[in-house]
Amino acid sequence: MVDMTTTLAGTTLPNPVMTASGCAANGKELHRFFPVSELGAFVTKTVMRDPRSGRPTPRMAETPSGMLNSIGLQGPGIDAFCENDLPWLAEQGARVLVSVAGNTAEEFGEVVQRLVASPAWSCVVGVEANISCPNVANRGLVFACDPVSSERVVQIVRTRVPEGVPVFAKLTPDVTDIVAIADAALRAGADGLTMINTLLGIVVDTDLLRPQLAGVTGGLSGPAVRPVAVRAVWQVVGAMRAGTIPTAPVIGVGGVRTGKDALELVAVGASAVQVGTATFNDPSAPRRVLTELEAEVARHGFTRFTDAVGVAHERMVRL
Amino acid sequence: MSSGVVQVAGEVIANRRAGAYHHLTLVAPGVAELAHPGQFVALAVGGPTSANLLRRCFSIHKVKPSGTYGGTVDVVVAAHGPGTQWLTERSAHDPVDVVGPLGRPFPLPAEPVPCVLVGGGYGSAPLFWLAEELRARGCHVEMVLGAASEDRLFGVVEARRTADGVTVTTDDGSAGRRGWVSDVLGEVVDRSGAGVVYACGPMGMLRSVTEVADAHGAVAQVAVEESMACGIGVCMTCVMPVRGNDGETRMVRSCVEGPVFRGDRVRWDAIGGGITRVPDDAVGAPRAGGH
Ligand SMILES: Cc1cc2nc3c(=O)[nH]c(=O)nc-3n(C[C@H](O)[C@H](O)[C@H](O)COP(=O)(O)OP(=O)(O)OC[C@H]3O[C@@H](n4cnc5c(N)ncnc54)[C@H](O)[C@@H]3O)c2cc1C
Ligand SMILES: Cc1cc2nc3c(=O)[nH]c(=O)nc-3n(C[C@H](O)[C@H](O)[C@H](O)COP(=O)(O)O)c2cc1C
Ligand code: FES
Repeated sequence: MVDMTTTLAGTTLPNPVMTASGCAANGKELHRFFPVSELGAFVTKTVMRDPRSGRPTPRMAETPSGMLNSIGLQGPGIDAFCENDLPWLAEQGARVLVSVAGNTAEEFGEVVQRLVASPAWSCVVGVEANISCPNVANRGLVFACDPVSSERVVQIVRTRVPEGVPVFAKLTPDVTDIVAIADAALRAGADGLTMINTLLGIVVDTDLLRPQLAGVTGGLSGPAVRPVAVRAVWQVVGAMRAGTIPTAPVIGVGGVRTGKDALELVAVGASAVQVGTATFNDPSAPRRVLTELEAEVARHGFTRFTDAVGVAHERMVRL
Repeated sequence: MSSGVVQVAGEVIANRRAGAYHHLTLVAPGVAELAHPGQFVALAVGGPTSANLLRRCFSIHKVKPSGTYGGTVDVVVAAHGPGTQWLTERSAHDPVDVVGPLGRPFPLPAEPVPCVLVGGGYGSAPLFWLAEELRARGCHVEMVLGAASEDRLFGVVEARRTADGVTVTTDDGSAGRRGWVSDVLGEVVDRSGAGVVYACGPMGMLRSVTEVADAHGAVAQVAVEESMACGIGVCMTCVMPVRGNDGETRMVRSCVEGPVFRGDRVRWDAIGGGITRVPDDAVGAPRAGGH
């Protein structure tokens, strides 16, 4: 028996496996395949202040071991989320990591304020600020591509979320120096980091000879991006271990399909792992990855999951 | 969990050619008992380490709750891209992971009203089973099957067995009347006094069927085919603009709120040229200066 519990900035979860935002809707659909309360946490689809229709279709293209998506953060808005989705998750006994976003830094604050006021707030074990979305006030540049914008959002979110509930900043790998963004988010008060969001890409329809997605660009995800996620976690955790940026828990996400894939992220320093695109292939994937990860941790002789976190940094062959 | 859907490690028991298509029978225990006409299954392709991650969706052609092999599900597959190629190359005993039944079925009329069932190409696949259920309720059933050419018609013989009347059209005249299903539909609706037209096929056909049904006083129930990544309602790729009971247009997931919609609720004005736009009046549509 392996002790699978993990602690993220003071919040202890029974196990480290989560859904990834936008890949599991808000729970009802996946609950038909496994009880959502069995996951360490359930991560909700990024919710914004107002209802959003999202982008035109086609919104997706399959790519080798992955996909491109441009959903455009479609959702019901925070009020409907608090009224319908959060209470349902609470009823199931799920621990919920709520993903939030705004068109501006102030809007992030408004979303959080309404979320905290929800009667179902007690099931929330953390808030994930999806700063990998466009900042309307800054010519649509993604918040997480700019340390100053990242800082501002994190500050606002952190002040609005009650003490004791951790705030995670979700970073995009589409930056020159992800360590600098991680540093800015942590100095602004983030209790932890989620890495990575999707990578920007384009697929051309070779019959029509035009971009396949109606929105032209989309986010690349799936096993194809796993090495990028592993690299990002490695770099940021490496900087934490070297003492160049503040130390904080990291949630790894990107291309996890099996327990072995999850173990890669854990070994480079992720204290929890999210399963996204693999869920489209196998609706049971998040639950299955938990079983497989436990077996992987046991195979390596660890009795506690946390002992496996970051081991790759210690086992590196120094040249 | 009684959730109305199962995920099962299925197995191919038969794969036979049917004109331009392949007719596959899969052992998939648990699906048949839950399924209704108009629902679909989402099949994983390429095996457990496949680089093609997304599921492929197929209308359920028929189901058998139990038998020598346990419950079975039949689908009709047109080989197209890598996933459908892989499926049509399967032989007996090959494993295929099945999720289903998914989506909302065709709603059945409370009264035994005459109905017309329209299938375009492999779109006829779910209609025979529907025809049987309608006739069991006392409905007079007419079928209209259309395709580009004779080899792309599916189930003409079966149609003659299951329906009270069958009309066939092909674009090239290689079988039945030359032309489109919409050319003959009005006449069939009028002759049979149909109250409901059920249709499955390409988007352009569904739009015409809706227009003809409207013009001849019938309600159209159309099963759409939107590009789907998950089929189970978690990815938001399969949305379409559809008017709800409150008159508001929303971008709804065709895999859970569809694939069957009332034709007159679909915002056909936003669909065309391979793109579906978000109508300006849709709930949460982008505003000037907004997103
Ligand atoms: C509800 C429903 C019922 C369907 N019923 C049938 C049927 O009975 N027989 C049949 O032959 N086909 C049916 N289709 C279409 C079938 O799903 C696609 O042809 C198939 O997924 C294409 O896969 P591919 O590997 O050949 O193509 P690719 O282009 O490689 O597919 C890539 C991705 O795009 C999606 N995709 C591509 N084209 C379509 C499409 N036309 N519709 C939906 N998703 C698509 C695939 O699911 C996959 O995720 C149905 C689709 C839906 C949504
Ligand atoms: C269809 C789709 C929708 C997504 N929506 C969101 C979202 O709303 N918010 C967010 O933070 N990330 C979103 N993501 C990104 C995922 O949460 C995840 O970071 C990324 O896909 C990498 O993980 P994966 O390879 O396991 O999918 C989405 C990904 C996909 C494929
Ligand atoms: S196909 Fe994923 S939500 Fe409909």
